[in-house]
Amino acid sequence: MDTCFKANEEVGPETLMPLLQVNQLSKHFYKLVAVNRVDLQIEKGEIVGLIGPNGSGKTTFFNCITHIYPPTDGHVLFKGKSMKGLRPDQISRMGIGRTFQLIQLFLEMTVLENMLMAVQEHRGNLLSRLFQRDETEERKRALETLEFLNMAHLKDEVAGNLSYGQQKLLDFGMVLMPGPELVLLDEPTGGVEVEMRLKITDYIRKLNREGQTFVVIEHNMDVVMNLCERIVVLNYGEKIAEGTPEVIQSNQKVIDAYFGVQE
Amino acid sequence: MKGWKGKLPWGVVIVLLCILPWFLKGYTLFILSFSLVNIILAIGLNITLGYAGQISLCHAAFMGIGAYTTGIMVTHGWSFWLSLPLAGLIACFFGMIIGFPALKWKDHYLALVTIGFNIISYLVMQQEKWLTGGPHGIGNIPRPSIGPLRLASAVSYYYLLLVFVILAILSSVWIIKSKWGRAFTAIRLNELAAKSHGVSLQHYKLLAFAVGAFYAGVGGSLFAPLLRYINPESFTFFVSFEYLIMVVIGGMGRIEGPIIGALIITMGPEILRVAEAFYLIIYSLILIFIMLFMRKGLVVVVDRLREWIPVLRLTKR
Amino acid sequence: MTDFIQLLIGGLSIGILYSIVAIGFVLLWQTSQTINFAQGEFVMVPMFVMVGLHIVLKLPFWLSFLLTILASSLMGYLFEKLMIKKLLAGGVIVIVIATLGLSAFLRYGMQITWTPLTLFFPHIFSTEPIKIRNIVFSSEDIWNIVIISIIILLLHLFIKRTKLGKAMQAVAQSRETATLMGINVMQIITLVFVLNSILTGIGAIFVAPVFFVRYDIGVQLGLKAFIAAVIGGFNQIRGALAGGITVGLVETLAAAYISTAYRDAFTMILLLIILLLKPEGIAGIREEAY
Repeated sequence: MDTCFKANEEVGPETLMPLLQVNQLSKHFYKLVAVNRVDLQIEKGEIVGLIGPNGSGKTTFFNCITHIYPPTDGHVLFKGKSMKGLRPDQISRMGIGRTFQLIQLFLEMTVLENMLMAVQEHRGNLLSRLFQRDETEERKRALETLEFLNMAHLKDEVAGNLSYGQQKLLDFGMVLMPGPELVLLDEPTGGVEVEMRLKITDYIRKLNREGQTFVVIEHNMDVVMNLCERIVVLNYGEKIAEGTPEVIQSNQKVIDAYFGVQE
Repeated sequence: MKGWKGKLPWGVVIVLLCILPWFLKGYTLFILSFSLVNIILAIGLNITLGYAGQISLCHAAFMGIGAYTTGIMVTHGWSFWLSLPLAGLIACFFGMIIGFPALKWKDHYLALVTIGFNIISYLVMQQEKWLTGGPHGIGNIPRPSIGPLRLASAVSYYYLLLVFVILAILSSVWIIKSKWGRAFTAIRLNELAAKSHGVSLQHYKLLAFAVGAFYAGVGGSLFAPLLRYINPESFTFFVSFEYLIMVVIGGMGRIEGPIIGALIITMGPEILRVAEAFYLIIYSLILIFIMLFMRKGLVVVVDRLREWIPVLRLTKR
Repeated sequence: MTDFIQLLIGGLSIGILYSIVAIGFVLLWQTSQTINFAQGEFVMVPMFVMVGLHIVLKLPFWLSFLLTILASSLMGYLFEKLMIKKLLAGGVIVIVIATLGLSAFLRYGMQITWTPLTLFFPHIFSTEPIKIRNIVFSSEDIWNIVIISIIILLLHLFIKRTKLGKAMQAVAQSRETATLMGINVMQIITLVFVLNSILTGIGAIFVAPVFFVRYDIGVQLGLKAFIAAVIGGFNQIRGALAGGITVGLVETLAAAYISTAYRDAFTMILLLIILLLKPEGIAGIREEAY
């Protein structure tokens, strides 16, 4: 599977700075503090897990990075460049891909059209998109990905007709289509059966070896502990722990957070 | 559908439309010609609303801008053929202006902004006598000529309109089948997914309005010599609602939709006139009925026909 | 100065009538995402019913009033059961077209089955001018303002304090959550439609002596109410109140101080200004988005 992003070719100062740098990120919804001054650094080539009990602000954190809404405070740097003021579509084209907890597909389009839609805006410009109709390369790539996800036979099926698990896989396939340097996955294995779950995690590892960086929100502890080299734990919007799976598993604060000891 | 067999049923329709004017006279021919103009307008609105999902209730204003451009230019001695593309472009420009509020607002807010624009343009048309002739509008608009050929007669102008309808259909299909068309549909289906996959809502929403307005401008430009007289009353927001109805009744987001919608909504009331005073009541009941039972539009009927008559299946897009 | 206060009162009086129609609008939108383009006709029809009962059949005022409200609620109920239930799944635009059709149907239906002419409805309250320190106004204006304000206050209390009212709030915020909490959402929606028709019915009775009773009066009223709702903030009831009053005041003051011919244009300009500067409305809350 060819990877068409730039990560492999870069040599220079950019490789020395973290891929993603989050400083003191905060998000307030009126009086509710959803994310509270979180610092996070993601180096290129990592697979980082983001865990925490429900409502701890993980998805909000992702939303602030991809500017679904603007953060109340703090700043985010991608490859050393500030992302302030950028729109979600610009951020996507910069090389950050992201899935949502609630699957976001184009339900009335076919599976193949969804895959093509995920990549069409990453190539060319507005004018070329009107005149240039050739999509053989993108089609090939889409079919390869679908093949891997055991969904190639569904390529002309309307996305709305798929089962939940299949939709989840399509979502995953779509985010990978443009070959983003940084992939933010929000519960990629939720609702997916065991075999496919292993396949997905293997695939993430393979893509990671080839240079893509992953941040994964997950509730499934097996998946997180096995897949991620480093884990960050949020609770009530604050980072309460960070480290390798072994460190996290024995961290008292983490255990307390999950088992509901009130502060 | 590739191949000449797929084009056959459309060919039949076109041949029919070509022969019809010889059998019709006066008012009926005028209504048919007006339907053709409305097809062009509905095609434009279908791109903005049916494909990109942007609520535009000022389509008549864009039409009016196109109509007045041609009306003013042609009565001052300029060539119609120069005014036609200009009408489209000026309307397109205003479409982009409306596109900006579309970036911030959706649904009912956007609807109101577009109505507001329509009302303001109506007021300008009505008040600025030096430009638009005020409430009396512009009269004595001549029919265009192609070289030595004067298209003055109703029948010859009808054929000109038919040519432009075909151009409008082909061009709209070309746009819709491009990546622009797919991006429009993506925005309509799921804005969040669209922007997360790199679709610039700014660019495409502006485009959706600009493209739709261009068609409206061209339609308006062709409308002016049809009637040979234009005034602000033809371009109120009530008229914009009619185009909305055409697109929805015909079938949003489908190529055949605006064609069906424009023909039915333009000719329907005329056909219903036999019921005299009751025709408006029947008309409104039909609207309600269609929304209740055929909310995807009358194009659904065409789809059913396709299932029954295999030959028509070849025309499916 | 006295002129100004007189105009103020006049504007408030009209404005509060717009408010009551606008509030119904907002309630429908909040609970079922319905934009009712036939809202004006929902005022027009009870106006005719009132004329029929009180003028033609010469029934006593209070009886006619009650029967009119009853008829209006029935209309709202049928509207919901026969049309809205089926249309909800189709989305906003489908509802828009269907209500446009309904609006035309009611309008032309009334024109044909009854009369295209303007009917007359007597003033309910005396129009005797009252004079306080050189300010002249009619008691009708004051009565309008007072009574409708009370009704709106009662409505507000109903929504905020009663169980049914709170259920309505829940449905307005999230239908899914409301269902999970055991609220029968479809019933609440029906209730809101009936409530809307009661409000428009009441509005009709106060509007009848002030505007004219004619088959196409609904178009103007509906549009004004819609604008009032947006100016005030489509998501809030107090917004509809603020919006209606604003529209009434702007109209009246602009007509007097600037020009009667452009009265409607000013409302439009105000609308555009609000949409440009504060699109969530005077009383609305801004939602963030990129």
